[in-house]
Parts: sequence; C-alpha cells; structure tokens
Amino acid sequence: MTEELPIPRIGSRRWAPSLIWLVPIAAALVALSLLINAWRETGPRITISFQTAEGLEVGKTLVKYRNVTIGHVTAITLSRDRSSVLVTVDLQKSAQDAATADTLFWVARPRFGVGWVSGLDTLLSGEFIGAEPGASKARRVQFIGLENPPPLAHPAQGKQVVLHAQDVGSVSLGAPVYFRRLPVGSVIDEKLDADGRGTQLVLFIDSPNDRFVTQTTRFWNVSGIDLSVGANGMDFKAQSLISVLAGGIAFGPAAATDEVRPATSGQQFTLYTNEASAMAPPDGEPRFVRMRFQQSLRGLTIGAPVEFVGVNIGSVISIDLEYDANTQSFPVIVTARIYPRRMGRAEEALLQRGTTESDDQIARFVGQLVARGLRAQPRTGSLLSGQLYLALDFIPGAAKVAFNPASRPLEIPTIRGSIDELQLHLASIVNKIDGLPLGDIAHHLDSDLLSVHGALDHINGDVLPAATATFGALQSTLGNVDRTLADDSPWRDSLEQTLNEARRTMRSVRSLADYLNRHPEALIRGRQADAPGSGAHEHDKEGAP
Amino acid sequence: MNAKPMQAAACGLIACRTCGLILPLAMRDGRCTRCTSRVNARIPRSAERTLAWLIAGMLLYLPANLLPVMHTSGVQGSQESTILGGVLSFWQAGAWDIAVLIFIASVAIPVSKFIALGLMLWTVRQGSAWGTPQRTKLYRVVDFIGYWSMLDVVVVAITSALLQFKAFGTAEPRLGILFFCLVVVTTMLAAKSFDPRLIWDASRDND
Repeated sequence: MTEELPIPRIGSRRWAPSLIWLVPIAAALVALSLLINAWRETGPRITISFQTAEGLEVGKTLVKYRNVTIGHVTAITLSRDRSSVLVTVDLQKSAQDAATADTLFWVARPRFGVGWVSGLDTLLSGEFIGAEPGASKARRVQFIGLENPPPLAHPAQGKQVVLHAQDVGSVSLGAPVYFRRLPVGSVIDEKLDADGRGTQLVLFIDSPNDRFVTQTTRFWNVSGIDLSVGANGMDFKAQSLISVLAGGIAFGPAAATDEVRPATSGQQFTLYTNEASAMAPPDGEPRFVRMRFQQSLRGLTIGAPVEFVGVNIGSVISIDLEYDANTQSFPVIVTARIYPRRMGRAEEALLQRGTTESDDQIARFVGQLVARGLRAQPRTGSLLSGQLYLALDFIPGAAKVAFNPASRPLEIPTIRGSIDELQLHLASIVNKIDGLPLGDIAHHLDSDLLSVHGALDHINGDVLPAATATFGALQSTLGNVDRTLADDSPWRDSLEQTLNEARRTMRSVRSLADYLNRHPEALIRGRQADAPGSGAHEHDKEGAP
Repeated sequence: MNAKPMQAAACGLIACRTCGLILPLAMRDGRCTRCTSRVNARIPRSAERTLAWLIAGMLLYLPANLLPVMHTSGVQGSQESTILGGVLSFWQAGAWDIAVLIFIASVAIPVSKFIALGLMLWTVRQGSAWGTPQRTKLYRVVDFIGYWSMLDVVVVAITSALLQFKAFGTAEPRLGILFFCLVVVTTMLAAKSFDPRLIWDASRDND
C-alpha cells in the first residue's frame, strides 16, 4: 500500500511549529501587556469611614482632587459597630501619593450660602469624594472622612489668618473680606474656641492682595448697616449688599503706622466690632474699679461707657444690688473696666514719672485724685433714650469722703447724677413755691385792686369834668391870640408903619455915618455944598424925602 | 449507520474542496485542473490551526471583558462601562430582556463556542467515536452562530455614531470593543479552519 506512506508523514508535520502560532502568541502578548498595564495603574486601596453613605454609589462615585479623578468607590459597607460607613476606594497609581497620613477626604455635596454656592456641579453629576492630600510622606490606608468640606479645598495662593472675636456676629461662612471696599478674600471657617469663651474666624486673603495684611493690620466687622447720628449729622455706612446680608469683614492698616512686614500665614488677629474701635490704639491691660451708688441707675447698662474728663476709658461690666444693713438701703454696686492706655499721653507721662508701676502706687495716686475731688457720677448720654454713662470727673466742692487704698478693686466715691441733682433742686424750688402764702397774697392783692378801682371812679367823676372846662378856656384864649395876629388887624397895620419909619431912620443914620466917614471935617465945617462925588449926591437924593 | 460508507480515498479518488471536481488520488497536494486551488483530502493542519485560533480568541476574551467597551458622558456625568457591567446595569434598571440579549450575544455565545470547539478538538485528538453525528451538528451550530456575537460591536458602533450631542450626551467606543471584535473574528476563523470530517476520520480509525 503505497498510499499509506504519506499519512504518517502528514502526522509528523502536524505538530511542527508553524506560523499560525504567532496569532495566539500575539494575543497572549497583548493580553499580558494589558494586564501589566492594569497592574501598574492600580494604586493603593484605602478605606474611608463616613457618618453616612448618602449619595455614594459603588462603582460610580469618584474620588477627585482638584476636580481630577484619582480613584473610585469599589465597596460600601457598614462598620462592625454600625456606627459608621466604610467606603473602600481604589486609588489610581498616579495618585498613590494622595493617600498620605494627613490626607483629608469629604463628600462634596451642593452647599448654598448667602453670596456663594459650592458643589453646584454635584447636583447633576452626583456626589463625589473630595480629597486634599497633606504634606506628610507616610502612607496610610484607613481614613476618617470629614462631614464638611475643609475650609480651604486646595492650597490656593494667598494667606490664611485667624481672627478672635467675642462672637462671630452676623458673619457667615463665605462672607467676603474687604480691603478698601474691594473684596479680596472670604471667611473660610468659623468655630468656637476650645474653651468656648470666644470664637475664631479663619479668613483667606487671595494673592496678591494678601501682602496688604501686615503685622499691624486691623480687622473689623462690616456686617449690616452702620447708621450713626453724631454731631456732624447722620452717617450711613454699608460695604455692599452681600455684606448687609451675609456679613463681612474689612481690614486696613492701623493708623499712623508704616509697618510693611507682611503677616505670617495663620497669624492671629483680633476682630473689632467697628472701624473706630479697630483703629483706636490698643487698649492694653484693663484695670477694675468699683463704685457704690445710692440712687437708682435706671438707664445704665452693661457695656455703658466710662468717661474720664470726657475721654472714653472703659466700660461697665456689672451692675449689682447690695443691702446695707446699717442704713437699711440698697446701694447699687457698679464694676467697671478701665483701660489706662486709653488716656494716651497722660498715661505715658504717669508711667514716666513712675506713679503707676504697682497696684499700691496706683491706689495711692487714685487716692490723691479722690482728695482733689475725683468722683464717679452717672450722667445722661442721651435725653431721648435716657441712657446713662459714668463720668469720672473732678467735682469742685465735692464733700470729702474716706478713700480706702487697700480695697481691690479700687472703690471710687460717687456723687449723684447731674439730672438727679437737677431733679433735687427743682424739687426744693417747688417746695419753696409750695410754702409761699399765696392765699394771703391774693387776698391783699384783691383789696388793693378794689381801692384802685375807687380812686379811678373819683378821677372819672370829679377830676375829668374840671379838666374839660379848663381846656375850653385855654382854647378861647388861643383863638384871641390868633385873631390879634391876623393879616387885617389894625394892630398889625400900625406895627408895619412903625417898622417902615424905623427903617427910613436907620437909612438916614447910615448915610450920615458914611458922609462922616468920608468927610470927617464936616463935623467942624459943616456940609460942603459943592462937594464932589456921585456917592454923596446920591445919598443926598436918597436922603431928601 | 451499521453499513460503513465507502471512502473516496479508498477508491483512489480525491475531490477538490473548492469546486468539487473529482480527481485521482495522485493529484493530492497538487493543483486542481479546473479551479487551480490546492487539492487535499482534509484542511491541512486543521486541528493545529483551530487550536491556535481558539487559544488566541480565549486570550483576547480576557481584555475584551476587563476593559471598558464604551464611554458615555452626559449631564449626569461620565462613565465607562464594560460588557458585564452593562449587562448588570441593564438588569438593575429593569430592562432584563436587553440584559439577557446582551448576555447571550457577548458572554454565552463566545464561551459556548470556546467550549464546543475545545470539545471537538479534544475528541478528535483522542480519536473518540462518541456521538459523532451530534458533534457534527454542534459544529454546524458553531459555524452558523459565529457572526451573531458581533451584535455587541454593532450596538457600540451605532450608539457611538448616533449619540453625539456634545454636552448633553456623547458615547465613544473604548479599547475593549476592539478586543471583543477580535474574539469574534478569531473564533470564526477557528470554526472555519476546523475540518468536521476529522470527527468521522477518528471514528473510522477506531473501528
């Protein structure tokens, strides 16, 4: 059988290597390279615990840093004690450095505030887990997720400062920070102090404006509307509509400083309530004084100013009622905080003279002032509202009082308030008026008025008719005089003739005098008949008639 | 079945596999006088080639399933879906019919093809005479069903072409679908290079 020979030949060729095996080899290489690639791209697997898995979905929820996906959620399980949710996340290889010991994770959800909104994209895309790698190099796989996003999502260019305040007021998260009315940053966090006695506000000032925050920069609250009525009229201040709604903080350089050293990041500052108090020189250490008033202090509130010779140097911090068994009275004890630094140059001068170094020295000094008439007096700040303030002033002629320099806090003697004093004076005046014999006076006055009435009657009845007759006689006399002086009276004619005669006589006398003046010899020789001179001739003619 | 069919080779004849011309057995490995294609009784190295294509297909099936086949993005964010992930999401969304269809086209058919071809190669190698007609029927099914696995590829191609609305929604093919396409091609080539007559050859040798 010759045909059987080729069959084993074919069989032997059957398993010889052939080109067709390049196909599975190529497929294997491709699959292997993909596997290696996938293995190389696989980053660490971490677990983050959250309070709730709200909005998180296995396979769908992504982990993002700076909006770049660095991983995704692969499992969500309850913790053993069911108090939290454990979210397993596969990070990408490129982001393996993101899982360091101090990396922060939080669930980004849409959040709204007045004037800002964040995470709006998560409304449509669903929640994602935000990541914020820290500076640490150490790796970690177990994390505790934050319930709220961290104040500052990414290390933006700028500066972070911490403000301390009694309370945050109406400043809300995200409220703008103004510098010369220009928004340059925002409030990124607000929290209570560890001991709960104050609050902290964390601001972020964006670069490059953060360089204006210097060592001496002052921060103050510009929330809402600042409406003040002063001697110059009404003053209305508001930074912007957003600051009216959401509150805001402004900062500026302290007055009269040319400090240029920029503040360090995270530096602590004080938040003042308004610009005026922010720009005031620092208050320094307060001192406490106590005052005992024997009067009602209605209108005096905690925080009311204490003024020394018209300068605000402190405020009232407590108003208490006390019982004095000796006098069975209820004095009001007012404690006030005094900032000696607010006295400015006076304080500097006192410091230089060394009179205010120790508490005893201060007490002695205050004792001297009290001896000179220093008294505390409640005064009315506003007649409209009846608000009181305390004035420390030198009252001339104040009654001498004992001063105890050993008491702490120092007790400053008091006198009644000015309005109170006025009230007392008014009362005494009223009392005096009340004591006047007004009834008797009125009675006397009445009888006097009656006699006046009688006298007037007498004048009316007797004196006035007589006066009328007298006036009539006077009138006829005057009529006679008038007639005598009339134009056509004979008395007047004869008077006129007499006057004419007298004038002619006077003229003759004058011509005689002239002639004699020219011819004095005529007294001896008599009148010359041919005397030259027209003047004489004329005189003759004139004097002839 | 009992009567043994006569073999052409036994009669000293060989048929051209392309045009069916009957030639003398001496023409083996020569050229057909009519269509000039190579004349041989069986597909040369059929089992070896089938095995090579089968292994390549199985290897490519791994990345086809592990890699995402499509990337969709819309207002609800973007996501990459693998074949099994798509089946799962359709099933969870309540569209179980579509899920079953995709599962059959992309998982059941390729996997059953691997098993069927593997079984046939193994039985031929063993020279088993077990269920010869059934195995032949199985081969016909595998040969016929081959291109239906392209359903997935077509779905991705059509979706990518139609779903282009910029921000509102876009779909893009991903590398996985290329591998899936290659799986379909390699399995089809494996089925093509398998000569069903080997099944019968084995049963005859045993006898």
